[in-house]
Amino acid sequence: MTGPALRDHMHRAHRHDSAARHVTGLAAYADDMVEPTGMLHACLGLSTAAHAGIEELDLAQVRTAPGVVGVLTAADIPGENDISPVGAGDDPVFADGAVSFCGQPMFAVIAKTRAEARRAARRARVSYEPRQAVIETEDAVETVSEPLTLARGDVEAALEAAPRRLQGTLRVGGQDHFYLESHIAFALPGEDDEVRVVSSTQHPSEVQHVVAHVLGVPSSAVTVNVRRMGGAFGGKESQSNLFAAVAALAARKFGRAVKLRPDRDDDMTATGKRHDFRVDYDVGFDDEGRILAVDSVLTARCGFSVDLSGAVSDRALFHADNAYFFPAVRLRSRPMRTNTVSNTAFRGFGSPQGVMAAERIIEEVAYAAGRSPLDIRKANFYGGAGRDMTPYHQPVEDNILPRLVAEIEERADYASRRQKVLDFNARGGVLRRGIALTPVKFGVSFTATWMNQAGALVHVYRDGSIHLNHGGTEMGQGLFVKVASVVADCFQVDLDCVRITATSTGKVPNTSATAASTGSDLNGMAAFEAAETIRGRLVAFAAERWNVEPGQVAFEAGRVRIGNQEIAFAELVEAAYMARVQLSATGFYRTPEIHWDRAAGRGRPFYYFAYSAGVTEVEVDTLTGEYRVLRVDILHDAGRSLNPAIDLGQVEGGFIQGMGWVTTEELWWDGEGRLRTHAPSTYKIPLASDCPPVFNVHLAEWSENAKPTIGRSKAIGEPPLLLCASVVEALSMAVASTAGYRRCPRLDTPATPERLLLAIERLRREGGE
Amino acid sequence: MTALRREVRFLLNDEEVALGDAGPGDSLLEFLRLRRGLTGTKEGCAEGDCGACTVLVGRLRDGDVRYEAVNSCIRLLPSLDGCHVVTVEHLAGPDGALHPVQQAMVDCHGSQCGFCTPGIVMALYALWLERPRPSDAEVRRALQGNLCRCTGYAPILRAAASAGDYGLPEDDGLVRNRQAVGARLAAMADGKRVELAGGGAVLPADMDDLAEMLSAEPAATLVAGSTDVGVWVNKDLRDIAPAVFINHLDELGGIAADGGTIRIGATASYSDAEAALTEAVPGLADYWSRIGGWQIRNMGTVGGNIANGSPIADLPPVLIALGAELVLRKGRERRVLPLEAYFLDYGRQDLTPGEFVEGVRVPVPAAEARLGFYKVSKRRDEDISSVCAGFMVRMRGSCVEEARLAFGGMAATPKRAEAAEAALCGRQWGEAAVDAAGQALARDFTPISDWRASAEYRALVARNLLKRFYLDNLPAVSP
Repeated sequence: MTGPALRDHMHRAHRHDSAARHVTGLAAYADDMVEPTGMLHACLGLSTAAHAGIEELDLAQVRTAPGVVGVLTAADIPGENDISPVGAGDDPVFADGAVSFCGQPMFAVIAKTRAEARRAARRARVSYEPRQAVIETEDAVETVSEPLTLARGDVEAALEAAPRRLQGTLRVGGQDHFYLESHIAFALPGEDDEVRVVSSTQHPSEVQHVVAHVLGVPSSAVTVNVRRMGGAFGGKESQSNLFAAVAALAARKFGRAVKLRPDRDDDMTATGKRHDFRVDYDVGFDDEGRILAVDSVLTARCGFSVDLSGAVSDRALFHADNAYFFPAVRLRSRPMRTNTVSNTAFRGFGSPQGVMAAERIIEEVAYAAGRSPLDIRKANFYGGAGRDMTPYHQPVEDNILPRLVAEIEERADYASRRQKVLDFNARGGVLRRGIALTPVKFGVSFTATWMNQAGALVHVYRDGSIHLNHGGTEMGQGLFVKVASVVADCFQVDLDCVRITATSTGKVPNTSATAASTGSDLNGMAAFEAAETIRGRLVAFAAERWNVEPGQVAFEAGRVRIGNQEIAFAELVEAAYMARVQLSATGFYRTPEIHWDRAAGRGRPFYYFAYSAGVTEVEVDTLTGEYRVLRVDILHDAGRSLNPAIDLGQVEGGFIQGMGWVTTEELWWDGEGRLRTHAPSTYKIPLASDCPPVFNVHLAEWSENAKPTIGRSKAIGEPPLLLCASVVEALSMAVASTAGYRRCPRLDTPATPERLLLAIERLRREGGE
Repeated sequence: MTALRREVRFLLNDEEVALGDAGPGDSLLEFLRLRRGLTGTKEGCAEGDCGACTVLVGRLRDGDVRYEAVNSCIRLLPSLDGCHVVTVEHLAGPDGALHPVQQAMVDCHGSQCGFCTPGIVMALYALWLERPRPSDAEVRRALQGNLCRCTGYAPILRAAASAGDYGLPEDDGLVRNRQAVGARLAAMADGKRVELAGGGAVLPADMDDLAEMLSAEPAATLVAGSTDVGVWVNKDLRDIAPAVFINHLDELGGIAADGGTIRIGATASYSDAEAALTEAVPGLADYWSRIGGWQIRNMGTVGGNIANGSPIADLPPVLIALGAELVLRKGRERRVLPLEAYFLDYGRQDLTPGEFVEGVRVPVPAAEARLGFYKVSKRRDEDISSVCAGFMVRMRGSCVEEARLAFGGMAATPKRAEAAEAALCGRQWGEAAVDAAGQALARDFTPISDWRASAEYRALVARNLLKRFYLDNLPAVSP
């Protein structure tokens, strides 16, 4: 007799744990929770000058507005007036004496209703003493953090010696996160110095830490909870600090629960975005298009404070090779200070900008050599003798990109479709097409090595139900159901026996942000450790009680086989409880092998690489610059996927988000440093009708992480976004066709219809000379 | 003396609501969330651009209840008199069984963070009620007003395509109860003037009542679809009292075709006017689909789009090109003027105090007229134009007899390109004439640069749209 087949709870297409709650409207976000009696509402007062001394901040009319309970300014901060995620002391809660960007909070008003708070905030009278404002990166002179250089070989000699050489500049725009749920926090005062905060944040531990510093209390006095976010994408990593700090300050000062939910305009004006970059490159290559040397400077608009810009700029460098071996290379970062909102984490964290730079170089070389970009790519991929070393001296191992690319070429019918595109364009019509295949190699791990740690807490109750908690946060990415499937797998119980609970600093301390695509790698492993500990205790107990070898205890489908008999899981648990076996455990994980010496620019910052490849075809109207993405094919490496349905969603969603970044999403500042695209009426993220009519997305089912990650899976959150480089290059090809493909169009992003049309005009003029 | 009622009455899901304290700027969304605890409906932007707040509003039309998806964030409470509001909480069965649309979304993994999901569900529900087995194009059109930042929409499109497999409208509660709801709504319609919040919001009893009211209170804010007014309230915190709500006046929203003219009442929504206009005007259907999103087309009115005088409104260039006339009314007086004459300057229209837009008369174009309607925007759908244009050219033989070239986004008002028109008239319909007209545009317009487009791009695109118009209407090749 064979027992019931072992159910593998991991690697299955479980639905999102909250799916039914999402569709019925029953999933509670922070603003949906029942409000405590007498809850007050805060509204921020934002600066309207980009750089100025505050001569006078007159809040008299604010204080006397209907419903107002009081105001908060820098003077009301008992602790430190700083919410910098890196403790830099340059990121005040409230501007004190001077403002450094347009949209900087100067005060908060607390009123009985949110509407009253919003009305009151507009009654402030501020006199500014204007100072020279640096808005554009080109005008910036000061860096916000120490620049990084990654170098290997003698780049100057190699450039000199190269048969061919070219220089160019690429500008890539920033991006607003546009999570559908804007920022929100509410705080409840407790006894003595205690405060409880509900925050829409990816980083509850940092919110806890920052709130404690601002209040001047120990971290132990602050508890931060988050059940779910309505989207985050990096925008709720450090940027949640402000809202939580203000709510907590107000809660302490007024002794009432206080909520702060900015409207969409304030959210977009006051919080950081993806960094826009300027990349200046100098590349040496041979007539075959084989790259010999690359010397690039990546300049980032960081905004008024450092925030996470140091690490973002670093990651841009780490990905400025993308999938290509540069025999001699020098990559330098320039994280520049400007009088704009402080840019921050955003899905990819600098890597998309780095990849765009690498792909622009490939494109340049292809046009210069008169060969197809894919040929140039293949000639420069990592791999082959002596061609596996990155600019940071970590070898590229387990490189599955050649196989991925070969398979996507086949699946997407790339070669014949490219020929059709060329034929279509040869007809010379107003509509032009373009097609491009771009790869992704993405380094997985926080480059701040210490952040690669996670904790979990698992309880098994006497009835056999299981309580799961870990330091990761749920922002829609499906982390909770993935980790729950790990625990269900460990005990071999149905997924719904595992209760998913809100992230809380009171349960798992000192967590890292749910970021860098590491959520399931880290928390999945930590939860596995916790569950394994309990399972081990149960096995030992069962072996002793029933007098069998531990190897004769097996968990199967909600039951436990002990020698020749079988009992329900809950029965074993109850027996273990009665025998005083501990049914609660913590788990802890730290990523092995990684280390990084920033000063030397050497080390092993990444545990492994995730790969992807995508093909995009577009059609451009050369009269208006408008375009359509016609078809996209993607083959993505999720290792042995923890949840193929969730991972597919991450690939589809990540790609479209990247597509938006490089096409229609434009951050537009006016000459005064005011962001004028600060709501969906002016800032245009993709719509359903922008989703390509043919959108074939597959996971590489044969892939398995060479490293012993949880279930041999790979990180999934960020890498797919980087495939948007294929959209840019496809658009670029359509543009280039109007001038016989003689010149690289050097298309900057976002490639709005305007940029396309002006590029077409530019090529026409240049071609005519 | 007109009979008065001092409360707004409507159905909310199954329940009858009567509110005497509904202020003119109170949004349906805040009412649902703050006063009723119906937190399934979300605020994403408070300006009608993201759709997270989508609900259905049913209204009696010709004896039947017609349900439409609308943005509750900019739908103001007084405008709901006599309506049936349906929120996401109303969809699942009494036993908690998911609605077909909901089940399809769950099975297709259509939600990630879930915040946009209730709004998406409601838009898909509205679609499913009309078309349980929609085409891909219909789904994409129905979702033009809903943003999702997580999924990339692919699973949502799959869910919409399969919802019909989970159940059909004949079994739906809303459909089965249509008659009963219609009867309840009919019983609410007492023909009285409604005054709320101490007269801050008023719903006139009929057209004459409206005309009288505006004569007495010329500074009142007229509220029809509230796609603009709702944004003033939410974003500028503007106090719109006294506000006169007019979208319940059926006689102001009528559409009639007679003797080669289509008469559109001021409060007819874009959706209301769509069939009549797009059937009579070849080539207009695609353009119409690019006005706002579905919710906005269900709310926004033809009259409002004109009356506000926006230089980037979608309708004026089209209607001017077609030779439309505007009907203005004050008290019992009416006057009619060519639509282009209404727009005097930025923020200034030919409208006297107490006067209001009653409707627009659109001549049905001659069969041989060459027509072109173009909209250029950063994002294809649910975006505001960088440039939009309506063109009509009538020929005599192979020469242009009349050209009406109207642009939006090129000047401080919607405006005809008179120099370009002159350059075309009397000339052979051919590349040379179109080029000359394109050159002449530089005399007609000095566009500005802003976040939507640069002056350079606007000028270039305007010229190229004439080219496009020509390419779409090449002269017949003689045999």
